[in-house]
Amino acid sequence: MRYEAIVIGVSSGGMNALSSLFSALPGNFSIPIIILQHIGARSNNQWIKLLNKKTAVIIKEAEEKEKIENGNAYVSPPNYHLLIERDKTFSFTIDERVNYARPSIDVLFESAAEAYKTKLIGIILTGSNNDGARGMKRIKECGGLIIAQDPETAESSYMPASGIAAVKMDYILPLQGISELLIKIDKQNDSDEAF
Amino acid sequence: MSEEIEPINNPGATNEDKDGDDFRELLEALYQKYGYDFRQYSEAHIKRRIRNRMTLSGVKDISEMQSKVLNDEEFLSKLLHDLSITVTEMFRDPGFYKSLRENVIPILKTYPFIKIWHAGCSTGEEAYSMSILMQEEGLYERTTLYATDFNQQVVNQAKEGIFSNVQIKEYTANYQLSGGKASFSDYYRADEHNAIMNQSLKKNIVWANHNLVTDSVFAEVNMILCRNVLIYFDKNLQNKVHNLFYSSLINGGILCLGSKESLRFTDLNNKYLEIDSKNKIYKKKY
Repeated sequence: MRYEAIVIGVSSGGMNALSSLFSALPGNFSIPIIILQHIGARSNNQWIKLLNKKTAVIIKEAEEKEKIENGNAYVSPPNYHLLIERDKTFSFTIDERVNYARPSIDVLFESAAEAYKTKLIGIILTGSNNDGARGMKRIKECGGLIIAQDPETAESSYMPASGIAAVKMDYILPLQGISELLIKIDKQNDSDEAF
Repeated sequence: MSEEIEPINNPGATNEDKDGDDFRELLEALYQKYGYDFRQYSEAHIKRRIRNRMTLSGVKDISEMQSKVLNDEEFLSKLLHDLSITVTEMFRDPGFYKSLRENVIPILKTYPFIKIWHAGCSTGEEAYSMSILMQEEGLYERTTLYATDFNQQVVNQAKEGIFSNVQIKEYTANYQLSGGKASFSDYYRADEHNAIMNQSLKKNIVWANHNLVTDSVFAEVNMILCRNVLIYFDKNLQNKVHNLFYSSLINGGILCLGSKESLRFTDLNNKYLEIDSKNKIYKKKY
């Protein structure tokens, strides 16, 4: 398979953006997706239930040491950093906040970049903070594909704009363009397997 | 087969992981020379901490790092501190402490003497929280709290019981949500920068050096709290430490883990009863 995982970083305006992105994905979407949405320390996961209602993809909270499997989407738990190990399992830490955030997008993205190298897709969406910019740069350095939401189309433009300022994106697209691109990549992954 | 979507400007990217191997070598050297064993820690986490130290100290690559670790004692002690310190809070997860009051205190009340082990106590926030709780529940006089960590520096710091004012507001909110019976400010005196915990909270805490990775059973205890320590270990090491806990608990003893930790990957899963699955409180079967 050309691409083995997708990481998405998103902050304010995330619920609308993720709803729109995920409602366009088919139930048989295969590449695992790991979502890092900035959430408060006492978030009760109601938002995951809401998001699940909008999409055919199954979205669940990542568990400590859980193996990342095709066909699943995962979200980070509140008040822990989420990291990915080389053996494609999740690790949690409660290290200091990074960019005022725990979970932090940079922490997830940097570890994912090293775990998946060229087989990773990094996506940065709406948000009013610069978390994720360093992580996108690291994904690029390790050979992954990086995509930013077009800041003009984002509820909060600051986060995708910071990503774009930090590193040259492969694609800058509105949400619809991102979901179409992901579907195309997922289909190519399948045809790779057939050959 | 259609053309694949490839990243632009992608020179020299590869799937080889020389980097990961270099880190492993550094951890191996640290163990061989000094006996500090981080080889079974979560790799993503340990790499992050080592990189942070490299940035802070202006170390340019792993081989320079290795030579500094092996030849510069002051640097070594900084790195050990980085690798071992864990961040915690007073009354972190207030719901957990509330559940302790409701579900565990009635069990502890049946014992004439109560021994509690805080394994991996770091800077002591949890041990002080527990001291407060036991005082409020009227059990403090018959309780001994063993608070241990393998890093002597953090044990010394914990013993002082001085915490930055910055977090007191959050701790106060946690305390109130945890079912606290008094006012959190009753338990410390504040100066310009710090909150200094009351002497009475320290009276029954025994601070000690103990390494979960390399040391054996510390004491036989009624309850163990080890919350958000094992997340830093790999599965094998988690299992090993769980066996150590199992041997340290009396029958019917209580084990408390962090909110995202579980016994799932251990071979002891069926040797405990769940007292509170959400707050990760378990009871060793008779």
